[in-house]
Amino acid sequence: MDAILKYMRPVAVIGTGKTAFGAFPDRDLRSLAVEAVAEALKDANLPPGAVQAFYLGNFAGPSFVGQNHLAPYVGAAAGFESIPCTRFEDACASSGSAFFHAWQSVAAGIYDIVVAAGVEKMTSQTTPRVTEILAGAGDMSGEGKAGATFPALFAMIARRHMHQYGTTREQLAAVSVKNHANGAKNPYAHMRKVITLEQALAGKPVAEPLTVYDCSLISDGAAAVAIVPLDRARQYTSRFAKVLAVTQTSDHVALDTKSDITLFQAVKSAGEKAYALAGLGPKDINVAELHDCFTIAEILASEDLGFVEKGNGGPFAAAGCTAINGPIPINTSGGLKSKGHPVGATGVGQICDIVTQLRGEAGERQVARHRIGLTQNLGGSGATCVVTILEAGQ
Amino acid sequence: MRGDDTRGRAVSTESRDGVVYTETIVHSPPEQYAADAPYQLAIIDLHSGGRLTVRVLGRNPEERARIGDRVVFVEEKNGVPYYRKA
Repeated sequence: MDAILKYMRPVAVIGTGKTAFGAFPDRDLRSLAVEAVAEALKDANLPPGAVQAFYLGNFAGPSFVGQNHLAPYVGAAAGFESIPCTRFEDACASSGSAFFHAWQSVAAGIYDIVVAAGVEKMTSQTTPRVTEILAGAGDMSGEGKAGATFPALFAMIARRHMHQYGTTREQLAAVSVKNHANGAKNPYAHMRKVITLEQALAGKPVAEPLTVYDCSLISDGAAAVAIVPLDRARQYTSRFAKVLAVTQTSDHVALDTKSDITLFQAVKSAGEKAYALAGLGPKDINVAELHDCFTIAEILASEDLGFVEKGNGGPFAAAGCTAINGPIPINTSGGLKSKGHPVGATGVGQICDIVTQLRGEAGERQVARHRIGLTQNLGGSGATCVVTILEAGQ
Repeated sequence: MRGDDTRGRAVSTESRDGVVYTETIVHSPPEQYAADAPYQLAIIDLHSGGRLTVRVLGRNPEERARIGDRVVFVEEKNGVPYYRKA
């Protein structure tokens, strides 16, 4: 792979589009996805007819809304004509995976103008039904059959991290408090509510030690980006972002097949490969969107991507190191916790959020240094990971 | 005596006992297990080697298994292994 990569063309993101994330009873899956795609095309100054391929990430449309064949279903409504429209499913990393494959197709010279998007419509189902559908991202022959929900899997990771490294409930809660503070300032966020540490600690238990304040939200939403070869980016916009690296890795699906569940090997290897591709290290990253499906997941990712040494992610977050004005601002969007987690939309949504930061357009959430940004999109309990590193174009 | 674990691997019932590697109490169950909640779930290190995701029986605080506690195999129902704290 690495030998081939040096022949690939540099790629740029020239347009981003997002719906607000939230519970929208009067919106269907297709209208959300079409809105995000139209926004991205408008932002990129592109007509729909110029797009040569469409990569759509979606986890469970067939289960959530009873619709299959989603990519042409959305693509035709978005105005795409006779082009390949394909759906990508890698659990909560579905649109990260769609972006990875979209990037490959442009970098390899197959296409010049491509749209990658993600969508999920979750809130038309009850919470127990959503819990059951999401559990399908785990191993249904073992852990799923035994009653392991996703909160339960991450609760068991949290317990082990607490046992091995002394991570505390307060440190988990600090991640939630920080992400809610950021999301409260994001007009596109699902739950724009500041919370206190006391509130987070007193939350209703979901799977011990995790409470509702440790768990991301069940949301509807969509996100899209348009990408082109870097040498053509300026034809469309001056507000482009260079794609320095995109990597996708995998691991066993079942949590009980991993030797140490306090470390996601897929995240570590996706990060290492991305740093190598970009010729950068964790210290070069100015701002990051990490996959905080649960508070413990943000702590693990901050360690596995090298922002802090293994085991110290809890104290690092509690000390404010990941706040907007900290040394490595993490989830300035509010993260999945406050911004919301329409699972299939999350990976591309994170890329939109980082591009907004690199453009210097994040308003009161804007970080001071914003040349290099990173996104990390996780599928299941660590079986898929997509990492991107982006650089401001200007 | 031999049986199959939830992934079809043959294991002897004597060696099905183990030690809790990690655990949780599930309060928000999937639809299928709504009647069971709250219930304890654990990943255990089997004495015979390997790991397994299991249910731990009991609702009283003293029945709760913590990391490092020994657990013994009770039964398998519908493909789910049930254990109790030793």
